[in-house]
Amino acid sequence: MKNTTISDDCAVDIRAVRKAYGAGESAFVALDNATVSVRENEFFTLLGPSGCGKTTLLRMIAGFDYPTSGEILLNGSDITSLPPFQRPVNTVFQNYALFPHMTVAENVAFGLEALGKPRTEVKARVAEMLRLVQLEHLAGRRTNQMSGGQQQRVALARALAPQPKVLLLDEPLSALDYKLRKEMQSELKRLQYETGITFIFVTHDQEEALTMSDRIAVMSAGRILQIGTPREIYNRPADRFVASFIGETNFLTGALHGVANGKAKITLKSGQSVVVNAASDAPASGDVTFIVRPEHASVVEGSGDLRGIVEKVVYFGTDTHLHLRLSGGEAFTVRQQNGSVSGSAVEAGQAVAVAIAEGAAQVVRA
Amino acid sequence: MTSANDLTTKLEAVDARRRWLLASPALLTIFLAAIGPLFIVLAYSFLTPGDYGDVKWQFSPDAWIGVFFERDIFDDTLSLATAHVDIFWRSVKLALITTVATLFFGFPTAYFMATRNERSRDLWQFLITIPFWTNLLIRTLAILQIIRNEGILNTALIKLGMIQEPIQILFTDTAILIGMVYVYLPLMVLPIYASLERLDFRLVEAGYDLYATRWRVLRKIILPLAKPGIIAGSILVFIPAIGAFVSPSVLGGGKNMMFSNLIELQFGQGRNWPLGSALSITVMIIVMAALLVYVRNNSAKDERHA
Ligand SMILES: Nc1ncnc2c1ncn2[C@@H]1O[C@H](COP(=O)(O)OP(=O)(O)O)[C@@H](O)[C@H]1O
Ligand SMILES: [Mg+2]
Repeated sequence: MKNTTISDDCAVDIRAVRKAYGAGESAFVALDNATVSVRENEFFTLLGPSGCGKTTLLRMIAGFDYPTSGEILLNGSDITSLPPFQRPVNTVFQNYALFPHMTVAENVAFGLEALGKPRTEVKARVAEMLRLVQLEHLAGRRTNQMSGGQQQRVALARALAPQPKVLLLDEPLSALDYKLRKEMQSELKRLQYETGITFIFVTHDQEEALTMSDRIAVMSAGRILQIGTPREIYNRPADRFVASFIGETNFLTGALHGVANGKAKITLKSGQSVVVNAASDAPASGDVTFIVRPEHASVVEGSGDLRGIVEKVVYFGTDTHLHLRLSGGEAFTVRQQNGSVSGSAVEAGQAVAVAIAEGAAQVVRA
Repeated sequence: MTSANDLTTKLEAVDARRRWLLASPALLTIFLAAIGPLFIVLAYSFLTPGDYGDVKWQFSPDAWIGVFFERDIFDDTLSLATAHVDIFWRSVKLALITTVATLFFGFPTAYFMATRNERSRDLWQFLITIPFWTNLLIRTLAILQIIRNEGILNTALIKLGMIQEPIQILFTDTAILIGMVYVYLPLMVLPIYASLERLDFRLVEAGYDLYATRWRVLRKIILPLAKPGIIAGSILVFIPAIGAFVSPSVLGGGKNMMFSNLIELQFGQGRNWPLGSALSITVMIIVMAALLVYVRNNSAKDERHA
């Protein structure tokens, strides 16, 4: 049965989970107050720099580690203290962790045999899984004689074979080269679509997270900073870290005078003012930071929102980056699409006016 | 062209000569320490015993006949040397039991060591090797002190009221076994530890993740991956155990002989060096045959897996 619509049912509910290594004063808090609800059939991504606690969270969902406090629910029932072999959750490990003394088929059959499935069913299911990951021809091969991409597929087939409720993937693509990674990204999306299993995917690659996920949780230093769709995360980052970690961003600061209807006017050092989006919890006045994505700004004829001098022009093929120095002294980058072959007339040293797209400027927590 | 080829050939010849020269210390060692003595023993086994030990340089197959048969003193007929067969059998049996027992105690020990953190692992490894620092004879005498009728073990059991009379352990096969298991345990622990230490414990987690219970993970993942260590340990224990000398002579009290005691007898009181030599070679053949069967069996299983 394929069920490919994301429902509001919660597959995994992580409630106020905290993980501290060591005890007392010297304890290291790897994860603090993590609360996430992953929905049924969702492709959910944990995104954050190395060491932020992604693996720690994943290991607690798998059952290899237990939270210091908080609880983890699977389809509504508490699994916080269940051993891993009693959780209908499977993992694709960062290094694949394939059994080197077994063939591909034996690896894939391992979970099914442990569950005590009848032999004929195991055989049929292994064949089905190998077909799914296109490895039928390598069923009898030892895994240590395979390429990284093939090992990756075996790991996927092995984890999917017992039909888990949730599949956990810990940076499964980080060891692959660029081309193979791209290939496996779409492969993973296809597998998730075809199996209808909830995926919790871990990566430190923001581009990978944006292109693959239904929703993303951005983490830093043991905390979840923001949960949202790729669009929300990119366009409405909750704070400075999220904004800088995902995509390229211009940060500007200025004085804010009152918030109304989610909009506010900010005056920059240069005296120019910009209309920005501001959440209702933004400070009503004082200095605030806001962001403008480079592609949401453009060099225009006439007055525009900002003024500056072009310091450097970098050509990227599909677009051109203009590095400006604003009249208030701030650095600012504009990304212009190269729509025509003749190229832009803007050159270094030129004074230009910059327009910011409607609704693109966004106040962020510092 | 030809001159270039000639040069290559000449250089290759020089190279080959130099390589042999470099290998000569190794070859000399192998010859002097391993192959040479073996030939001497083989030669002695076909000679005639001297009157006061040593050999007379006179061919005789008697030693080899004597390994398997006894000559009746009265009518000169041959019958199976049951005493020798008994000793062969006891040696093989005790060595096998020792191997199994050291495996039984050694595997959990090695597993425990391999799962400690890096720093304390070195300490455990050091502790395991401490007995090697003490002379084998002293260690065996210590075991004797523990298990003799007035020893700690019997005294304690009597004080605790668990037995009335001391249990006779000393001078039995059990005593020999206790001694051998104690002495050879590190030889089992260390190679198993070496293979477990290299084991990727993420594979164990992967096993748990795929619904395997602890027992299943042990059977399907840990044991197969520790197999090289188990094989090495078994060989390292079995070979010296089958030729054990100190344990049977100290703890077996002379009447529970093993191979080595029998051989020693021939070179000592028996004054029959050829028979001693023939017996030595017989032991070697038995050990090699056992090893061949063991290793062949294990690799055959591996191939069936593949
Ligand atoms: N067993 C452990 N003992 C102590 N610290 C740990 C342990 N496991 C992880 N950590 C620490 O917790 C932090 C988060 O680690 P991890 O979850 O692996 O990060 P990542 O996001 O890169 O997967 C790191 O600083 C790491 O050093
Ligand atoms: Mg990690």
